[in-house]
Amino acid sequence: MTYFAGNYDVIVVGAGHAGSEAALASARLGQKTLLLTINLDAVAMLPCNPSIGGTGKGHLVREIDALGGEMGKIIDQTMIQCRMLNTGKGPAVHSLRAQTDKWDYQNAMRSVIENQDNLTLKQQEAVELFVDGGKVKGVGVQTGAVYHGKTVILCTGTYLRAKIFIGETQFYGGPGGLAPSMAFSDSLEKCGIPLQRFKTGTPARVDKRTLDFSKMSVQEGDVPIVPFSFDTEAIDIEQIPCYLTYTNEEGHQIIRENITRSPLHLGDIKGVGARYCPSIETKVERFADKDRHQVFIEPEGRYSNELYVQGMSSCLPEEVQISVYRTVPGMEKVEIMRPAYAIDYDCIIPGNLTASLEYMGIEGLFCAGQINGTSGYEEAAAQGLIAGINAVHKIQGKPPLILDRSQAYIGVLIDDIITKSADEPYRMMTSRSEYRLLLRQDNADLRLTPTGYDIGLISEERYQRFLKKREQIEAEKQRLQQVLVRPETEVNSWLASLGQPNLKNTFSLAELLKRPQITYANSRLVDPQRPELPQPVWEQVEVQIKYAGYIDKQIGQVRQFQKLENKRLATDLDYRAIHGLRIEAIEKLCSIRPESVGQAGRISGVSPADISVLLVYLDQQKRLKEGSGDDHS
Amino acid sequence: MHRQYLSEDTIAAVATGMGSSGIGIIRISGPEAVSVASKIFTPKGSQNLETCESHKLLYGHIVDPQTAQRVDEVLVSKMKAPHTYTREDVVEINCHGGIVPMQKTLALVLQEGVRLAEPGEFTKRAFLNGRLDLTQAEAVMDIIGAKSEKNLQLSLYQLEGALSKSIDAMEDTLIDLLSFIEANIDYPEYDIEEVSETRLVETVSALVKKTKALLEGAQTGRIYKEGIATLILGEPNVGKSSLLNALLMSERAIVTEIPGTTRDIIEETVTIQGIPFKLIDTAGIRETDNIVEQIGVDKAVDWIERADLILFMHDINKPIDAEDQALLDLVANRQTLYLANKADNLNTADEGKLGSPWMPISVLEGHNIDRLKEQMAAVVLSGKVSAESDFLITNVRHIRLLELFQRALEQALETLDSGMPLEMISIDLQDALAYLREISGKQIDEAVIHRIFENFCVGK
Repeated sequence: MTYFAGNYDVIVVGAGHAGSEAALASARLGQKTLLLTINLDAVAMLPCNPSIGGTGKGHLVREIDALGGEMGKIIDQTMIQCRMLNTGKGPAVHSLRAQTDKWDYQNAMRSVIENQDNLTLKQQEAVELFVDGGKVKGVGVQTGAVYHGKTVILCTGTYLRAKIFIGETQFYGGPGGLAPSMAFSDSLEKCGIPLQRFKTGTPARVDKRTLDFSKMSVQEGDVPIVPFSFDTEAIDIEQIPCYLTYTNEEGHQIIRENITRSPLHLGDIKGVGARYCPSIETKVERFADKDRHQVFIEPEGRYSNELYVQGMSSCLPEEVQISVYRTVPGMEKVEIMRPAYAIDYDCIIPGNLTASLEYMGIEGLFCAGQINGTSGYEEAAAQGLIAGINAVHKIQGKPPLILDRSQAYIGVLIDDIITKSADEPYRMMTSRSEYRLLLRQDNADLRLTPTGYDIGLISEERYQRFLKKREQIEAEKQRLQQVLVRPETEVNSWLASLGQPNLKNTFSLAELLKRPQITYANSRLVDPQRPELPQPVWEQVEVQIKYAGYIDKQIGQVRQFQKLENKRLATDLDYRAIHGLRIEAIEKLCSIRPESVGQAGRISGVSPADISVLLVYLDQQKRLKEGSGDDHS
Repeated sequence: MHRQYLSEDTIAAVATGMGSSGIGIIRISGPEAVSVASKIFTPKGSQNLETCESHKLLYGHIVDPQTAQRVDEVLVSKMKAPHTYTREDVVEINCHGGIVPMQKTLALVLQEGVRLAEPGEFTKRAFLNGRLDLTQAEAVMDIIGAKSEKNLQLSLYQLEGALSKSIDAMEDTLIDLLSFIEANIDYPEYDIEEVSETRLVETVSALVKKTKALLEGAQTGRIYKEGIATLILGEPNVGKSSLLNALLMSERAIVTEIPGTTRDIIEETVTIQGIPFKLIDTAGIRETDNIVEQIGVDKAVDWIERADLILFMHDINKPIDAEDQALLDLVANRQTLYLANKADNLNTADEGKLGSPWMPISVLEGHNIDRLKEQMAAVVLSGKVSAESDFLITNVRHIRLLELFQRALEQALETLDSGMPLEMISIDLQDALAYLREISGKQIDEAVIHRIFENFCVGK
């Protein structure tokens, strides 16, 4: 029996990292929002590593925060260790990563969700998607309740027809011991949504009391901690260390002896796994010449003895896992609390989405997170935020928020998944951005907070603080142009102490800052009038001055890039009717349905000549529309 | 990095091939057209290209600004926007000196910062600037599509052999280096050796050195095979070598020794009416009774496939037997001129001996050799096989891209030298890779990311 259970503006299916951000954004923008989860205790769960951030991913968290999302604030509240990675390299690739207490993280996010106006959180398993006349209508759940929604956002993570593999032990099950969602996939397929199967995995969790840390090296957090959120002033916590140890040949030998018991070898796993997330058996097989692999021991929380064994994900049988783990120095007596497992699950073909994350052909249906073939909490949260905003904009009749590749890693992420038919789960990396120097984690607020404010997710108070920061940066940059450093004895001895040649002429301090050895901090001596500024301000000033040449070069490239992005293509364009396009290009364009000429150019199989043809076609259409059959200048 | 598709920069290309007059035209279009042309063109007398009135023809010389050497004697026409083909400022250089000076002139234009036009780009600009009317849009799109297809094929064809191997090897080295840098950046905590300055300098310098060598080779014409690939085919002793020599003797030949080609094949380049033909003679094959048997059907098919034009020779005094027919069947679908040789006493009867399409000739007596040359040129000029301007474009294009590749590499070395962090060097190297990939016509893809996961064991 079914019954009508209510009308909503936005229904979000799944309360993981994508669903949480989507629901919060929608409710905060004033829409009546329903958030469904298969288990209330699994809101914002971290079923894999107990950390947020890392290279590329840390950038995403900063961007989510700059737009008014929640993830950065939650990790700041719940972190138990934090490090800035890549500080030995340039500013564009500095990346924040924090270890978190998993339970604290979940509780903090759940508390925000439960106390958000306009937002209803329910434990309900979605079993049916209602679509009528190419428009989404609502969601039916296991108990028979039917919710009507103007828009629906699917954030089903790895739950759809999820199957767990631990050697020969195989069963339908969701991550972290939760129930899978078995019925919803059928409904999606009936709605004409083709599904594919992806795979991921996680290592075992082990008992802290059974490890000998004296055989491992300690990894401490940074002091002081740099927060993720631009809203967090400072974080003062007692940090918990991580540990590093290594596998060895003995363990590798056990893996090789038992490799035939891997479900991958047995051919049981149908899903495609990611190369950047290799199981320990994959590492041993593919990199046979490496005699050891790193193993990072990370705490799952402040109060639990459970530890995460990064580097040793596996789908070998449990007893083999135990033997292999016990060969690792410091882990000789390890007790496994939860075995490692592989999981495969249904996801959609992300090429069927538009850049607003709406499903092509089903109006009002949005998808975010692992259902789109991505991996990672941060990637999921970023999509959730965008899908949430765009579901609201759809209802309110506003244009969607689409960030392009030059504005944000979020833009790179979404453009990549909808344009390139990835054959493995997609993980963000800084290498994926062609404008890496512009998309720094330190300037995410400068890039995106005005947008977040316009949308309505950044408060007036925060926006005023942001404006002040921006003014301070500009003022200080101006001031440094005026600070003159003259070739005087004192100056030259300061330069000599930095290994720099003597000055012959007078330079502005801004000019001098371009030299690698001269920093904002160490030039205080020649800048007696310097005002006291917050670190985020002067850091920004320093980066912008120091790398101005390269930044300007990339800005120039972005201008070129945006010209083609601004040439819009209708998603119902009949490419077959366009003269001069090659057959391969026609097929690809019909399947991806790019929204701009720029995006079309990024599709593999579409050549520069095809792009030229499209430009001529667009001009022809424009002239036809203008009704002038002949020349125009 | 994406190539620019919008009409803002200045572009140049060979606009018309060397026709029967022996004149080829280089067209420059865009805001810098006049100033660029002025830098390499020295008009006779007191005339001045920059200041002279529009739509005026000036006589003078193309002079290499670096060496001050004369490259060619030319007529240059300056046409100011909007009354031009593209509705932009246009300069056309009418070259008289043949293929090599024309190629050199185009290279000089490109060195001044002009971009080589994409296939069909002048026409595209003409349309986008409103010069062509709406009804011509579809024809314009067809032209772009067809030209680029042909260009790509040609480019790939030219990339076979030694050059291709060099480009592939350099690309491989660069992707390796970039994946190393990127793995360092994206996986800072993993057991990956740090990219050392020494390794960077050594690898990039080696690439620069290799590129320089390639470019020097290009200057002397040792690398680039040129011309309409023309295969001379026929039974033993039918006079293939003699025909080759006859064609060579009568024309100004650009003779290129091409190392590394199959020892049995002789290749010579000859220009006929300004069009370069690369004559491929199978005469080097040891003469046996049956050419197909001797070289193998596969190889014969391979040669025939690669040829743009086939000169099929037969002894006019012999009937077509089964073996001849087998060979004839192989060329049936190719652009072929059928030559009935040994018509030494050329008379009207000869015309009818083998009938159409056989053309009686006598290499020994020199009968109908001029007619053959006319036909060879006519086949090209009628568009039945690739016109030589395409060859030039692809050649000059390769050279230009190699120059840009080298410059990006040198920029990377400068960046490194100035103490900039790794991700800045990566920007320069990515530029370099983009140029290299443009030569091979490969799309910018995720090659570097793929290589990271091939070479490094990273990930949780």
